Amino acid sequence: MKVLVLLAALVAATAGIETFVGHQVLRIVPTNDEELQKVKELQDLEELQLDFWLAPRGLGHPVDVRVPFPSLQSLKVHLEANGISYSVMIEDVQALVDHERMEMLRSQRQLPLSTNTFDYTTYHNLDEIYAFMDLLVAENPNLVSKLEIGRSTENRPLYVLKFSKGGTNRPAIWIDTGIHSREWVTQASGVWFAKKIVLDHENNKGLASILDKMDIFLEIVTNPDGFAFTHTQNRMWRKTRSRHSGSLCVGVDPNRNWDAGFGGSGASGNSCSETYHGPYANSEPEVKAIVDFVKNHGNIKAFISIHSYSQLLLYPYGYTSTPVPDQKELHEISEKAVAALSSLYGTSYKYGSIITTIYQASGGTIDWTYNQGIKYSFTFELRDTGRYGFLLPANQIVPTAEETWLALQVITQHTLDHLY
Amino acid sequence: QDIDGVGPKYHLELVLEDVLHKDSTVNCTAEVLYHLGNTTAPDVQFTIEGEVKNTDEADNMFYNRTKSLEKELVGENIPDSHGNVSPEMEPVHLLAWVASGYVIWQNSTENTNFQLAQIKRVKQVKRSDEHLEFDYTILLHEMVSQEIIPWQMTVLWHPQHGVQVTQDSRQPKHA
Repeated sequence: MKVLVLLAALVAATAGIETFVGHQVLRIVPTNDEELQKVKELQDLEELQLDFWLAPRGLGHPVDVRVPFPSLQSLKVHLEANGISYSVMIEDVQALVDHERMEMLRSQRQLPLSTNTFDYTTYHNLDEIYAFMDLLVAENPNLVSKLEIGRSTENRPLYVLKFSKGGTNRPAIWIDTGIHSREWVTQASGVWFAKKIVLDHENNKGLASILDKMDIFLEIVTNPDGFAFTHTQNRMWRKTRSRHSGSLCVGVDPNRNWDAGFGGSGASGNSCSETYHGPYANSEPEVKAIVDFVKNHGNIKAFISIHSYSQLLLYPYGYTSTPVPDQKELHEISEKAVAALSSLYGTSYKYGSIITTIYQASGGTIDWTYNQGIKYSFTFELRDTGRYGFLLPANQIVPTAEETWLALQVITQHTLDHLY
Repeated sequence: QDIDGVGPKYHLELVLEDVLHKDSTVNCTAEVLYHLGNTTAPDVQFTIEGEVKNTDEADNMFYNRTKSLEKELVGENIPDSHGNVSPEMEPVHLLAWVASGYVIWQNSTENTNFQLAQIKRVKQVKRSDEHLEFDYTILLHEMVSQEIIPWQMTVLWHPQHGVQVTQDSRQPKHA
């Protein structure tokens, strides 16, 4: 009893502070009558300002108590001195309150006020990503601009971010994510890449020297109709959302719709198939927009199209087993890029041509871009290898983007060093 | 290696990694014989070097918890769109992995590569005997065709008797 009075005296002077910083919630399970009695007595000590979330009920029933920071030390000492065991259920109540407030704000889908408060560790919908783009441009008007290169089947704008330090029609690098809408880690990574370029464009020597001579184009949501559909109707949707006359089903595989071996083995002529090539090459506005952009620009030197999943780095061809003339160089770049990627978290990638590494696929993006003369044409298949597949947990977004960025740096640096 | 009149045979050497305990690995050798015509499941023979981790405690906890539920366990979209699996559903998810392995084996050919993409729905079916029974509708992702194939499977499980798929059928794809 004396000890309890002492305890109370120690904290008596504490003024009531309205935050919960440092407060902990302890759980005590009384296993005998003596313990139960001691715990019940704690309720009478108003000076400790203990807040019982679960009041003492009986033997074996947990007692949960929020302990203000000033009372913590002495209470723990008291419990230990009496042989009463406890566990810490919540280490810092304020941290939990803060986190919950943040979650609630987010769940109300309030748009972030800057790209610094944007949450890169969660998946976003189309509106949020489009809003992010506008914020990024507004915050960095001298580096970033937004181009509309066309409209989707359902009339959604197709946006490309341009990162440029000036010049006219500089040699350029193209990166696209989200061409297959269900591959969510790719759009999420695209968002991260955009922010990364802005953060690093001055202090990172490699990126700075690339931007001194070259522009970077980044299309984050390459298939916005499909992406919207994965949020509203079917998380597993891959294709576009076009309806073609004579077609029983909706959508064309945008990675079979390019004019490279179009319609050959490695694509399906059945509109209900996930690899339907479409009625003719470039039938899909999402594909046509990029084709037109690339042709009009005329100076793109590296083209990287990003997919998930399988953990692969691929170069052309997919439609034929004939190796590309630049096979040796592309293979060497891939080896270096994969090594760089692995160096961060140990993620292992395989690499090689599409047809030898994954499967035969006709009408694919990088087969077309390579045949246009864009030597450094690559496709990534990001994490994972099947455990979660398309449903990659959000906590892997940033690690995936970080490691992929290292591989992208290898490719872009090589391009800069070997401009043609 | 091609076996005349039967089909192609593959000899594999692989390392199995415990998905829940990444540092726990075990060497494995296997022989897979595909049958010409692809109407029967491939023959599989394998040997494992060493032992896999004992999971009795976790198994029994899940078993007892589920047996004592008042209402049948139900779930859907596991993992959810963001890749989340709630802790209570984790064993249900793992059970689906094992059971889908059987379904995948029974339906595999040299030209297929299946992965479990998601559990669309799961419902426990109460039984009077000691087994737990779950009716699953899963989505299988076939990597070569890129198709998402719904599949129904009835799964029986008991900590000491292991997993059994008593019924399974491919479901029509919704447009």
